[in-house]
Amino acid sequence: MSTWDRFAETFLNATVMHRYLPDILSGVVVTIELALLVVVTGISAGLALALLRSAGIRPLNWLIIGVVDLFRSLPPLVVIVLIYFGLPAAGLGPSGFVSTWLSLAFVLMAFSEEIFWAGITSVDRGQWEAARSTGLSFGQTLLNVVLPQAFRLAIPPLTNRTIAITKGTALGTVVAVTEILGQASSAMSNSYNPSPLMMGAAAYLVLFLPVVVAARFIETRFAWKR
Amino acid sequence: MIQTFLNPEIIVASWPIVRAGLLNTVLLSLLVVPLGLIGGLILALLASVKNPAVRWPLMAWVDFFRAFPPLVLLILLFAGLPFAGLELGGFVCVGIAFFLNTGAYYGEILRAGIDSVPAGQIEAARSTGLSRRQAMTYVVLPQAVRNVLPDLLSNTLEVVKLTALGSVVAVPELLYQARQAQSLTYSPTPIVVAAIVYFLMLWPVVRLLSRLENRALARR
Repeated sequence: MSTWDRFAETFLNATVMHRYLPDILSGVVVTIELALLVVVTGISAGLALALLRSAGIRPLNWLIIGVVDLFRSLPPLVVIVLIYFGLPAAGLGPSGFVSTWLSLAFVLMAFSEEIFWAGITSVDRGQWEAARSTGLSFGQTLLNVVLPQAFRLAIPPLTNRTIAITKGTALGTVVAVTEILGQASSAMSNSYNPSPLMMGAAAYLVLFLPVVVAARFIETRFAWKR
Repeated sequence: MIQTFLNPEIIVASWPIVRAGLLNTVLLSLLVVPLGLIGGLILALLASVKNPAVRWPLMAWVDFFRAFPPLVLLILLFAGLPFAGLELGGFVCVGIAFFLNTGAYYGEILRAGIDSVPAGQIEAARSTGLSRRQAMTYVVLPQAVRNVLPDLLSNTLEVVKLTALGSVVAVPELLYQARQAQSLTYSPTPIVVAAIVYFLMLWPVVRLLSRLENRALARR
């Protein structure tokens, strides 16, 4: 047997791959569910916080900054472990899925709040004043004048951050979430063969590579021409 | 509540374990940050060659690692390679994974920095008789690094946070040690302590970054 044949026999074993394909596919479904939940809840919570912050209520802003700083400082894996192993001691027992979802959503919330806030503050003061003087309310100014410009500025860093955090769904495997990596790892130990792990790795690329390429396109498309 | 999450006795008892973890996290960061920077610098210098035959594979390389979760990369090295007869140990695997993964991120940032230096600078430097390499080292890179300093710092923060992944492959860093202490004491206190340590260690960096970002916006 040549070296390549031996390599293929070990790492790309057709029998093993065929047998564990359904497991990996079910992992793909869990990863997609988790990723969508994280993206939708995390970004909307971040936007909500940034809007709240623009109202300019001092004590509330300190609270928002505190929460944002906390989740920017803590490694996502630490947050996951804290929620999963810590909360049961307080009588709450979130599942691994819920722990991972909450943790990553909090982290994405923190980063997207910062990004949206930076976008909002980048809009010149004069624009606020001009919009208000034409008779628009605070809400209308925010919605129709400030946010469209803020979004444009926010999109490149936001896509970057969102991808980085969404990839973190793989961390769920530490708290027994049956996403791709979890399925691949258990299939690997059951079959004593690394082929399922190769399948898992391929699955991640199939899921995330198009997103990364799309993000690259969006970044250049939305880049502000100076 | 305090008895469960911040039990003073458990804090005292588990502190030596957690402290050893903190020390390892610092050491690990001191290893992987320069490693990632070196990887990134290699990528960025290669990308500054404006040859499509170099640039396209590089872009593919960077996108690959942007799409690939670092934990999957780590597990692949740690649990996959032994099947090829290569057992590297958790520590070495973390080093390689960070070199590849964070190198790609640092590379993107440094490439953007190099691109931000006007071409006239290189031409001027070359016309004074500096070689291509001298122009890069003394003229372009210092300005490039300064232009993307906030991004470099922000990525470094992420890299330090990412060292927590070491816990999955039994590298005795902060999170790993805290979980050991947790299973010894049956209490979540050590994990809460570890979280507080991470926060105290990294919060100043987060604050500094916020200020740098605001300053960059004010300049616009």
